[in-house]
Amino acid sequence: MKQKAVAVVGASETTKLGVVPDMSQIQLHADAALNAMKDAGLKPSDIDGIATAGETPQQLAQYLGITPTYVDGTSVGGCSFMIHVRHAAAAIQSGLAKTILITHGESGRSGIGRPPRSVPPDSLNGQFEQPFGPMGPPSLFPIPVLRYMKTYGITHEQIAMVSVVQREWAALNPRSTYKDPITVADVLNSRMIAYPFRILQCCLVTDGGGALILTSAERAKDFPQKPVYILGTGESVETPMVSQMEDFTSSRAFRVAGPTAFKEAGIKHSDVDHLMIYDAFAHLPLYGLEDLGFVGRGEAGAFIAGRNTAIGSKLPMNTNGGGLSYMHSGMYGMYALQESVRQMRGIAPAQVPGAKISVCHGVGGMFAASGTIIFTNEGP
Amino acid sequence: MLEPGRAKPVPTPETQHFWDGTKAGELLLQRCDECAKIYFPPRPFCPGCASRSVSTLKASGKAKLYSYVIHHRKVPGFTPPYAIAVVELDEGPRMMTNIIDCEQTPEALELDMKLEVAFVPMDDSITLPLFRPARG
Repeated sequence: MKQKAVAVVGASETTKLGVVPDMSQIQLHADAALNAMKDAGLKPSDIDGIATAGETPQQLAQYLGITPTYVDGTSVGGCSFMIHVRHAAAAIQSGLAKTILITHGESGRSGIGRPPRSVPPDSLNGQFEQPFGPMGPPSLFPIPVLRYMKTYGITHEQIAMVSVVQREWAALNPRSTYKDPITVADVLNSRMIAYPFRILQCCLVTDGGGALILTSAERAKDFPQKPVYILGTGESVETPMVSQMEDFTSSRAFRVAGPTAFKEAGIKHSDVDHLMIYDAFAHLPLYGLEDLGFVGRGEAGAFIAGRNTAIGSKLPMNTNGGGLSYMHSGMYGMYALQESVRQMRGIAPAQVPGAKISVCHGVGGMFAASGTIIFTNEGP
Repeated sequence: MLEPGRAKPVPTPETQHFWDGTKAGELLLQRCDECAKIYFPPRPFCPGCASRSVSTLKASGKAKLYSYVIHHRKVPGFTPPYAIAVVELDEGPRMMTNIIDCEQTPEALELDMKLEVAFVPMDDSITLPLFRPARG
């Protein structure tokens, strides 16, 4: 894919985040989409491509009044939106569409207009995982953690620092769900959910949404906002069954998506000014830092505990407070992308001064999928 | 032995032999006739080389505790806290299971501890492969 050929020209979250019982899930998509169109100075009739997950593209098209020539319903969990960005960039470059809207909305907390989730008992997950007592991501996602900890000698205290540092970032964000400082002891004394993880190591469950609008870099100059260019992209999937991951200390999907994006961007790790690693649970930033090559195998625990991703560090990570403290509707990837775009526009509440390159890395399912987007605010 | 309410697997044509096996007290894996890869979960071809020539293989039932969580929330069919575990079979594949005849604590559930399969009926049609600490 050609670098800097495509840019984000519209970006917004929903008007409200957190607990939004007065909006259904499709309206959260629409609220974010309307905000993003206003941000870009566009009307639905200006949009010729749509991508979404959670709701179907046909539902979105009908609800918003869009007649698309490009449709992407990739739905692989929370990183679907990174993958939508990747596909949209390719689609714009190959002429399938000119102006693509990507939406997310999820009534994760209030459950208004949200289809029930269930695992069919004759699916492979239904036959070979569900009978053993999992109940959603908090019971499944942390399953590899004890193997990771034993392999590299990682301590509970080191992993607890992920939550502590992200809460410090969250305190700088007016829209964060949680802003009060927490200590390692607070994390390790919080309610046990699925040993080794406690409630402060699990993401929030909230309502909200977000939307992005992409177009060619050539057209991007004529839009009201500072364009944010796509520099590199990657995607992959591994398995919907966490028990069948190849390696419990590393995600194969991360190891494909991340390096693919870095190679396309043609950057080194030292070029990265800002980093988002989807943190549905506290171990994900550890796996992400290692699988994307920011640190060596088994080094991420000490790296985070040593405050190398905290405020004032060289690698500011999850600067919105992350899924642990900012918000997490269920498919958090869109919020990570929004924070990367804010950082590249220079308008983030916890702005990293002079940031030029932002890496945004997402996960879908329980290490089932991954998408990585590298943004820059420097034009072609 | 099992509390009622657990999610019950429904076999498909490709997995029926596995569930017939557990009911008969056998843990059946599959092995590729071409490349010798042993794999799980069941499917009628090799995920390593795509050969359709595969055979069933009776596993030893020996395994080690690979990783787990101890779940503290209520789930139908379970009394928390209970471990949701992944074991690594001596033959190589890993599978999700529960650990029985063992305290459900981090102290008792030591990674790499030796385990053996235990076939525990849910009802007349489905028997689950659970694991317990190996004897001796």
